[in-house]
Amino acid sequence: MATFYETGPGYPVTESIRVDRVSPTARRIHAVRAFVVLVFAIITLIPVFVMGITAFKSRADVVSVPPKIIFKPTLEGFVFLFTERAVVSKVRLPEFQKKAEAGELSLFERIALNTGQEITGPSDYVDRLKNSLIIAGISTILSVGLGLFAAYAFSRFPIGGKDDLLFFILSTRMLPPVVVTIPLFLMYRQLGLHDSHLGMILLYTVFNLSLSVWLLKGFIDEIPIEYEEAALVDGYTRFQAFYKIVLPQAVTGIAATTVFCLIFAWNEYAFALMLTSDDARTAPPSIATMLGRGGIEWSAIAAGSLGFLIPVVIVTFALRNYLLRGVTFGAIRR
Amino acid sequence: MATIELQKVEKRFGDFQAVKPMDLTIHDGEFVVLLGPSGCGKTTTLRMISGLEAVTSGTILLDGRNVTWLHPSERDIAFVFQLYALYPHISVRDNIAFPLRAQGESKETIEKRVKEVVDLLQIGHLLDARPGKLSGGDQQRVALARALVRRPAAFLMDEPLGALDADFRESMRAEIKQLHIDQHATTVYVTHDQVEAMAMGDRIVVMSDAEIQQIGTPSEVYYKPANVFVARFIGSPGMNLARGHYSEGRVRLKGQNNVYAVPDDWQQALGKALGGSGDVLVGFRPEAARISADGPIAGEVYATELQGAYVMLYININEDEIIHIRAERIHQHQIGDTVRFDIDPRMVRFFDPASERAITREAAQ
Ligand SMILES: Nc1ncnc2c1ncn2[C@@H]1O[C@H](COP(=O)(O)OP(=O)(O)OP(=O)(O)O)[C@@H](O)[C@H]1O
Ligand SMILES: [Mg+2]
Repeated sequence: MATFYETGPGYPVTESIRVDRVSPTARRIHAVRAFVVLVFAIITLIPVFVMGITAFKSRADVVSVPPKIIFKPTLEGFVFLFTERAVVSKVRLPEFQKKAEAGELSLFERIALNTGQEITGPSDYVDRLKNSLIIAGISTILSVGLGLFAAYAFSRFPIGGKDDLLFFILSTRMLPPVVVTIPLFLMYRQLGLHDSHLGMILLYTVFNLSLSVWLLKGFIDEIPIEYEEAALVDGYTRFQAFYKIVLPQAVTGIAATTVFCLIFAWNEYAFALMLTSDDARTAPPSIATMLGRGGIEWSAIAAGSLGFLIPVVIVTFALRNYLLRGVTFGAIRR
Repeated sequence: MATIELQKVEKRFGDFQAVKPMDLTIHDGEFVVLLGPSGCGKTTTLRMISGLEAVTSGTILLDGRNVTWLHPSERDIAFVFQLYALYPHISVRDNIAFPLRAQGESKETIEKRVKEVVDLLQIGHLLDARPGKLSGGDQQRVALARALVRRPAAFLMDEPLGALDADFRESMRAEIKQLHIDQHATTVYVTHDQVEAMAMGDRIVVMSDAEIQQIGTPSEVYYKPANVFVARFIGSPGMNLARGHYSEGRVRLKGQNNVYAVPDDWQQALGKALGGSGDVLVGFRPEAARISADGPIAGEVYATELQGAYVMLYININEDEIIHIRAERIHQHQIGDTVRFDIDPRMVRFFDPASERAITREAAQ
């Protein structure tokens, strides 16, 4: 029988592909690889999927063994997440049911009533999420902004002790957070930064700055200096050359760095647990503390985690076009 | 348009001398070529004129105005980079309009001026493309357009044709030269290709080892090289330099029994420069040698090269001294043959082997 190497694939090849990749064996190997990647992706996504369905399960469904894939969805978890509730006493129950029939109760109140509870006020989860947004958002903007200028300077100007400085900046990343939390805790208490937005923004900015300086320096190094020089002789100032020429070309790098910084600041747990208590407490430690209160409200925890995922997903999705090129770290620019 | 004047301009990078103090005046509307081997400081000189590199010492005048410490954007000079440096993230149209925007020109003016240069360079069909999609030659035209659109006081071009293939270089060379003739703009053009320099320059500045070796018209640097470096560097192959000893109107060449009678009008100059007698280099271009049976110099054919209309003979006139002679194709020379030749007396030059400088008749007067 004639082999592939003698006859070719037997159809016109109209895609850009290396010769040996067209052979049937290569195609088969390719299919196997694609399958493995798919399986891996599914395995990775299972916890997210479980979290997603758990958020919509009732108390009874959550703990059923074996776990139910098909169930009657309810917003119980979200009600528990967003509200403080109290058990309705038997005496007052008919009064509530009358109200419900008259349509005087909101959706959340009706759901709470189904579990025999009344809503007494909003929970603090919303505040926590707001804190997370403020702290992660501002610190990301700051660390990417400052990092961009620092990276540009490191890339373009002769700075004394440049290598040492760069190493020093990186070294702030080398200590695990647990090691520095205690001294930071003491310092922050003295400075009045404990449990403040400013304190957390500063901390995350400093922590992310090393990442952003190093990442962005790599991207800016890739942009030939001739572009700026051309702009200079064309009559632009250095700063104009920076934002008209460097900035647009560094946009992939900026997007990638933004996502990395945001994900760190958004997910950070150890510092937030130690350095905040109420005013500036972010979502990650507060979701964890839900575990502790009375019975474990799995659906509320899942709902909280789901809400927590959404902002990062939105940002990553919005920047996906830049990221695809950006996360290869400039290797295939142009 | 403008006159550019360099006075004792020098550049050191740490201890490394990239450009030794140089004096150079480029006249209004002149096309001056900086020519020299790689690393001799051509780009550095250009960058100092543009202000992209600060001088170590010296003064740069533009139309008599001292611009030595002026920001690049304030010098009114356009720079064409070797790799064009077209901004990849904006269209060709925006690239060309970019310098005009810096000057805060009105929309109508920008549109009008862009159209003018685009018509001049015939790149109208490229306006909406991104520079990355263009061929090398088109990128070159866009880079030229971006420089021209400003109507700057002077143009600086750093090996603008360096990245193009041979065929294309020639036609672009003509295009740039034609542009210069039309616009009459003061231009400093850097290249390490001497053919390009000869073809384009009103004057050529030959550089080597961080300093100027000679400034002159193409024919001056070709026929009257100021020193041994220029003689060897210009022309392909360069000037033949035969070692010999001068005394009493004759040069006895090293090795074989070759005695060359120095033309009368040179004898006084040689005598004076060498103090009566001494070692000398006899320089002549391959086309200055005239093959004849009774020529005073003999040598053995070492190799032959057919170069179209003529043959280049490599002739061994000494144990290890090969010279080049241009011969008509009708002469058949075999390797190993002995060839005799004379030198056209109008085209012979002499150099002092110690100082490596040319001996001139003017100096003897
Ligand atoms: N920024 C710099 N720092 C240190 N040395 C430099 C710098 N720029 C140039 N040089 C050195 O100065 C010398 C002259 O460089 P320059 O670029 O002017 O040469 P060139 O004549 O343009 O050469 P080429 O034909 O290769 O472009 C070179 O030896 C180069 O290594
Ligand atoms: Mg150069």
